[in-house]
Amino acid sequence: MTRDSKIFLIAAVAVLLAGLLAPHVLKNPFYFFAGYVILQYVVIATGWNILGGYAGYINFGAAGFFGAGAYASAFLFNTFGIPLLGGLVAACLIGALLGVLMGYLTLRIQGVYFAIATLGLVIILETIIHNIPALGGARGIVVYGPPPPAWAAGPSQYMFFLMLLIAVASVSLARWMQISWVGRGLRAVRASENAAECSGVPTLRLKLLACAASGAVLAAAGAPYPFYTSFVEPVTVFSLLIGLNAIAMPLIGGTRTWLGPVIGALLMASTQQIATITISSELNILFVGIVLIAFVALAPNGILGLVARRSRETPR
Amino acid sequence: MSSPVLSMHGVEKSFGLFRALGPVDLELMPQERLGIIGPNGAGKTTLINCITGVLKPDNGSVKFEGIDITVQPSFKRARLGISRTFQIPQPFRGMSVTENLLVPLDYLHGTANKRRRAAEVLESVGLSARAAHPSEDLSQLELRKLELARALVGNPKVLIADEAMAGLSEAEIDEVLAILMKLNQQGVAVIMIEHIMHAVMRFSQRIVCFEMGQLIASGTAEEVTRDPKVQKVYFGEQAHH
Repeated sequence: MTRDSKIFLIAAVAVLLAGLLAPHVLKNPFYFFAGYVILQYVVIATGWNILGGYAGYINFGAAGFFGAGAYASAFLFNTFGIPLLGGLVAACLIGALLGVLMGYLTLRIQGVYFAIATLGLVIILETIIHNIPALGGARGIVVYGPPPPAWAAGPSQYMFFLMLLIAVASVSLARWMQISWVGRGLRAVRASENAAECSGVPTLRLKLLACAASGAVLAAAGAPYPFYTSFVEPVTVFSLLIGLNAIAMPLIGGTRTWLGPVIGALLMASTQQIATITISSELNILFVGIVLIAFVALAPNGILGLVARRSRETPR
Repeated sequence: MSSPVLSMHGVEKSFGLFRALGPVDLELMPQERLGIIGPNGAGKTTLINCITGVLKPDNGSVKFEGIDITVQPSFKRARLGISRTFQIPQPFRGMSVTENLLVPLDYLHGTANKRRRAAEVLESVGLSARAAHPSEDLSQLELRKLELARALVGNPKVLIADEAMAGLSEAEIDEVLAILMKLNQQGVAVIMIEHIMHAVMRFSQRIVCFEMGQLIASGTAEEVTRDPKVQKVYFGEQAHH
């Protein structure tokens, strides 16, 4: 194991321990309620970046995967009594399958055409959910999850820790992909698909792998959502805000490494949570749009790109 | 007599109504140095795109060491041992020079010590000093060398150098030629596509000339330059009167 990997492992364990001990320090459950949303966006941004950042395929359909994950866990719990952890695994599998399907149908097209095709995925899934009575149609479905385990201080604290686990797992996966043969292959694809293929990279297979991993992580972000809000409806889980944030956060943080989406999500989601409480939740989307335009115009490689310009180093 | 490492029979490629190539029959012997010349639009790059799998021929077959690879994807051909450089260098931007070489090492063979192998190849092309630099910082010569290093690192049996010397000075051309010659001496068959005539003439054991997608001449440098069809292509109708 390299020195960087050891540091990463220690940091991941420290973050999990901090998350476990936090309820003993912070007594107000609202911090955990808001923290859940921030972590949810860390997972979404990380999942999006596997395909959008490493391989350079801009996916506008993040909300489709998120919604599929949310509905999968809600349906499995309400219909078969499958607990959240089972629903989470199922959501990952569905997300991966959906990713491969989307990839197989759309990866032969590039650039703006690929982006439009992925946007279509959200509309298709939302329309399907609207028309399935077993999934509540447009009204949505109520999910009365079980009480949190005895060791948890409360439902918000439990959901927060669960999302922290998912975030650490997602970031670890994204980091492994970045520094391994997978990430090098994807970055080669992003730079020049022909040159990558002529260097032995099975580009289509690798992009499908990225679609599957990205889809699984995005769906994992959605799986706990019905248990967090006790309710899931198409308008919310297939919302434009999720898709927009999924793109904006990695772009703001920097798309070339695993750290960029984490920084972007922590900054943007925290600011949005503060704006929701202090100003207006409706102003969120305006805020995201303005910050995104500013970064695209002034710092197209994100915050880490600005830092790297000085140090010429990338995080490992 | 040994059998050809690469052979093409009746290879044709059209783009819409425009026939860019063929039908072409061409063979490459092991460790041969083959030069391909011809004016712009003659079908040279289409030919190598058909060899490397970037394009699929409409008709005909491509064989590598007797195996039919006509419909195989590029990455499988690369794994068999067909390697190429690009007319316009296509470095993997956002990656260091060493990382550019790790990509083929990751995917071509199970090389035990990838970084050591990458360092060896960078040394052989004179890029060691730039190993840790981002590929976007390289000069034109260094980019050409990086293209060559990336093509060599997986120990290919055939290397196709597509205008690997375009835009270089005379001294730089000599440097690239020396690298290609050394590689050829190590057993690699080299196809050189080049507009710099003195370089391709010096390097090649055999030269073929293309015009309008057709192979119009084949032979030694001397034979090809004396061929009236080649003279007509390069110097016009009056050249051979």
